[in-house]
Amino acid sequence: MSGRFSLKRIGLAVAAPVLAIVFAMLVTSVVLLAAGNNPLQAYSTMLAQLGKPRIQVNILNSATTYYLSAIAVAIGFRMNLFNIGVDGQYRLAAMLAAAVGGAIAIPAPFHALVVILVAMLVGAFWAGIAGLLKTTRGVSEVISTIMLNFIATGIVAYLLTPGRLAETTQGSNNIGTKPIPESGQVPGLAIIPGAGRNEVYGLIVLAILIGIGYWFLLSRTRFGFDLRATGSSEPAAVASGVDVKRMVVYAMLLSGAVAGLVGMPQLLGSSYTYSLDFPTGLGFTGIAIALLGRNSPIGIAFGALLWSFLDNSSNSLEFEGVPKQTVLIMQGVIVLSIVIAYELVRRYRIRQVARDVGRQLAATAPEKEAVA
Amino acid sequence: MIPISTDTSAAVPPAVELRDITKTFPGVVANKDINLLVRRGTVHAVVGENGAGKSTLMKTLYGMHRPDSGTIALDGQQVSLASPSDAIDRGVGMVHQHFQLADNLTVLENVVLGSEPRRGVRLDFAEARRRIMDISDRYGLDVRPDVLVEELGVGERQRVEILKVLYRGARTLILDEPTAVLVPQEVDELFGALRELKSEGLAIIFISHKLDEVLAVADEITVIRRGTTVATVLPTEVTSRKLAELMVGSELPTPETRESTVTDVAELVVSGVTLVDRSGRELLADVSFTIHRGEVLGIAGVEGNGQAELVETLMGMRRATSGTVVLGSDDVTSWSTRRRRESGMAYIAEDRIRHGLLLESPLWENRMLGHQTQAPNSRGPLLDIKGARKDTQRIVDEYDVRTPSIDVLASALSGGNQQKLIVGREMSSEPTLLIASHPTRGVDVGAQAAIWDLLREARAKGLAVLLISADLDELIGLSDSLKVMLRGRLVADADPATVTPEQLGSAMTGAEGAA
Repeated sequence: MSGRFSLKRIGLAVAAPVLAIVFAMLVTSVVLLAAGNNPLQAYSTMLAQLGKPRIQVNILNSATTYYLSAIAVAIGFRMNLFNIGVDGQYRLAAMLAAAVGGAIAIPAPFHALVVILVAMLVGAFWAGIAGLLKTTRGVSEVISTIMLNFIATGIVAYLLTPGRLAETTQGSNNIGTKPIPESGQVPGLAIIPGAGRNEVYGLIVLAILIGIGYWFLLSRTRFGFDLRATGSSEPAAVASGVDVKRMVVYAMLLSGAVAGLVGMPQLLGSSYTYSLDFPTGLGFTGIAIALLGRNSPIGIAFGALLWSFLDNSSNSLEFEGVPKQTVLIMQGVIVLSIVIAYELVRRYRIRQVARDVGRQLAATAPEKEAVA
Repeated sequence: MIPISTDTSAAVPPAVELRDITKTFPGVVANKDINLLVRRGTVHAVVGENGAGKSTLMKTLYGMHRPDSGTIALDGQQVSLASPSDAIDRGVGMVHQHFQLADNLTVLENVVLGSEPRRGVRLDFAEARRRIMDISDRYGLDVRPDVLVEELGVGERQRVEILKVLYRGARTLILDEPTAVLVPQEVDELFGALRELKSEGLAIIFISHKLDEVLAVADEITVIRRGTTVATVLPTEVTSRKLAELMVGSELPTPETRESTVTDVAELVVSGVTLVDRSGRELLADVSFTIHRGEVLGIAGVEGNGQAELVETLMGMRRATSGTVVLGSDDVTSWSTRRRRESGMAYIAEDRIRHGLLLESPLWENRMLGHQTQAPNSRGPLLDIKGARKDTQRIVDEYDVRTPSIDVLASALSGGNQQKLIVGREMSSEPTLLIASHPTRGVDVGAQAAIWDLLREARAKGLAVLLISADLDELIGLSDSLKVMLRGRLVADADPATVTPEQLGSAMTGAEGAA
């Protein structure tokens, strides 16, 4: 019996990422050797970082943001939509939500909820534009979301000036939105012992909930079935009665809403203001991690943690005289090799299943087809 | 059944000699102990039912895959073919069932594509044109080199395909179901060309399952059944009935339906449906018909005359420009595909791979496809996975879908079993109208007979059925009434009790009036 969760299947699922990481380490090793560094020493330095509580907190915190970003991308991917605009969606959303959060004063849980809601709405709106353009005018979402990223950058730069939504921060020449008062802040979680004042973002819980919601929506609801069907074969989905245009808009709205959340852990958990140094580029990291995690909620969690570990341990390389950019090479090679590895495993699996079916049917055939 | 060694031309080695070819293949009918001997200057037909293994065999000969065992000899030399270009180098050419031509290039450009004659870095079209005209004249192919392929009819396109293969120096031609897309008149022209070719010393392997054609054109006939060659016969010593028996073994399934179950309750009324595409071309023009409960209405027509568009319009995948569609007592003209399906339309799509299945999803998810809003697949907005799995198992058992489990991917099943799953799925939602587009295309004999039975049962239960098929015997055998479609119009009615395939064929080309 080849059940739904056979050992072999799990083995195959794990094989691709493991192969890709091993391959990426090999390539990185060659690069390190060529530059005259000792790869083993570099790796052990990075791994040693894992033991430090402060680094552990940082890894979890970055991973939270990466996770949200990757889920936003994955929602599109499951429908063959390439939402490159997560980056612009979360920046615009975070900036406007921060401005709203700084402007209002309402009791504790609701204040943060309003900020989060505003962020989701703005993200959904910005992604929805691309969805509508695709369904009404046939504009590829790849093109439109890239353009919308630039427009978002422009809008953020325009609004984030003193006199509009920004004010100068005391004692520096940084500018940002009015800080969100304490009623709107989400307290951190002191779950890592020995990390001192470093706490894990409270919104890590939100990221986990989003992951569960994503899983439930896709595998347990009709909407999710329609979405996956459209992604795996559009003609078949149309014939089955899926209104593909409507699905495109819904998927973009959903993807954008989750994208709107990307900036929230940082905004509500540590910076409390959207300022010039708010992180950018998280949307692109999300694309890489969605690929890495193969759009699966669990896979993306591992991908986000791995990515975050590489990012947060790269500084330690400098002490060894290794440029920390080495990590970028490693991340790049992981993404490239994982895409190839997954494709190989996928093909292998299809052939394997076909062969199994052939063999099992051949075993029972003689009684049924003895006529010839 | 003749002995292989009729040594009349011992000096000339056979063009093709296959010995004990075996090819095992996951999930589909494979080849076992195939023996085939094709002489120069003859047309050698290879016949067998859909799924008997003809295509597998031809792919072996054309280098598209390697056999597990057995030998291939071309013109007396044993060879090993690793790729189609190997086969082409050794003078074997293949004309595929589905043409592989670029519509927006001229005949000349299509022919030279991939083996362009060069003079220095420039293409030498003058030389190419000379050679093309030379080949065309020599074999009477009557090809016009400077016309765009999109302007050509089906028969002419096929001659271009043949010329393309000859241009590359083929001395042995494989024609895969060449008449499937042709009307009878074009078939005659093709046969004329084949006679020219063989008189020039070419060897032609003619794959078909249409026995009358085979008897008319072949010099020798090899029959394949269940993946193995069962006999080689001369056309003079067999009848088409005898051939058919060789093809299917002892019992001969017929698509015939006996007593009529037609009621006078109209289930589907289509009136004046017209479909105009963006460029203003009429894909469907004023199509009107009625199907009653318990009636099978067959639509005959050469492929590409609007049948696919008609089906898509009925299913709501395209919007009619004008006209109405009434299902039961509801005017469904403006309804979505989903709403139509929910209110009793079932659909067996022409191309099951593209429209009927999610190949990389397990069978139980495919059970839901098209019925994801209905019990037992969902309750409200949530999927009922348990219910869907249970019902998938029921379909697998009742409809004899050969699979080890409902968790395998749909791509792992053979065409016939995929189709049985689809038929089972579509019949499970208690439909009132079934639209069946080429329901037995590319399935094996067993599955074909089973699917015919299912259609008959459905009709007996009072279902209205719209049947579209390229298989005229199937159409005549199963239908209660027949209509002929030509260039988007219903041009003729025919009574399946009296009409012959030939008469239908004429009506399909618009040659003479109604059949």
